[in-house]
Amino acid sequence: MAQEIVSTRVYYRVAVALFVLLGLTILAAEIHLGPLAVVVAMLIAGVKAALVGLYFMHLRMSSVMMRLFALGGLLWFLLLLGGTLNDYFTRLAPPMLG
Amino acid sequence: MAEVSPAMQFEDLDQQREAAGLGMWTFLVTEVMFFGGLFVGYTVYRMAFPDAFREASHHLYMWIGAINTAVLLTSSLTMALAVHAAATGRRSRLVGFLAVTTALGVLFLVFKGVEYALDWHDRIIPGPTFDTAKFVNPARAELFYAFYFIMTGLHAVHVTIGVGVLATLTVLARRGWFSPQNHNTVEMSGLYWHFVDIVWIFLFPLLYLMGV
Repeated sequence: MAQEIVSTRVYYRVAVALFVLLGLTILAAEIHLGPLAVVVAMLIAGVKAALVGLYFMHLRMSSVMMRLFALGGLLWFLLLLGGTLNDYFTRLAPPMLG
Repeated sequence: MAEVSPAMQFEDLDQQREAAGLGMWTFLVTEVMFFGGLFVGYTVYRMAFPDAFREASHHLYMWIGAINTAVLLTSSLTMALAVHAAATGRRSRLVGFLAVTTALGVLFLVFKGVEYALDWHDRIIPGPTFDTAKFVNPARAELFYAFYFIMTGLHAVHVTIGVGVLATLTVLARRGWFSPQNHNTVEMSGLYWHFVDIVWIFLFPLLYLMGV
């Protein structure tokens, strides 16, 4: 796969978006959304990570194989998180959750 | 410019580049799992002790964390621009952007060091010096700080390694080691640096913003 070179303007735009999102996540924390706060914070962090991955790490232009590897990392992390939390909420007598 | 040829085990430079990319991503996936265990542990205890974690988080220096986020985001931009300069064969731009990225990495570590010193002064480091009088449930607060110091510490180790790699690349780039045909080393180091940035993108809201 030959490499494609994007214009540097794309990188500057992504950086501006990242800074806006950083401001947004601090703002969201300041207005105290209660139980929603962590959901909003993780959504914003997810978008920031996706921007870094797709543009700075070139996943947008990478081969299918490389994107699969990157998605594999995400999938395995979600399995770890999902499996563990599933245990704590359904199976274990929660000494620490009580 | 000298003729660039692939290493002997590769058909051509494109194949070599693809192999390097796959290898780097495989390494990054193992890094995801490395940090992943800590993130999951943090999530479990945060759900168990939400009030204690919120109270403990409140004592962190949120603005130092925010400034450091900005520093790392900027360094990711300059890293992407460095890779672009390498791909387009502009050596002085490459050296410049690598040097700036290195400097921003050092700046991040300086801010982090100042923050740790303030944390030490506030006596919120788990152990014999921990100020138990500050918290409703000091044992649970200590647990939060254990996660905070281990996660940010492990991240700082990664930044330190990145700074070493980038400083080396800056010197090599000055000597003209990289060409548009073969700058895999710059590109793969870039992937590592962006990954370290992504880890911080999640650490910042999880550790600092819950206690605002």
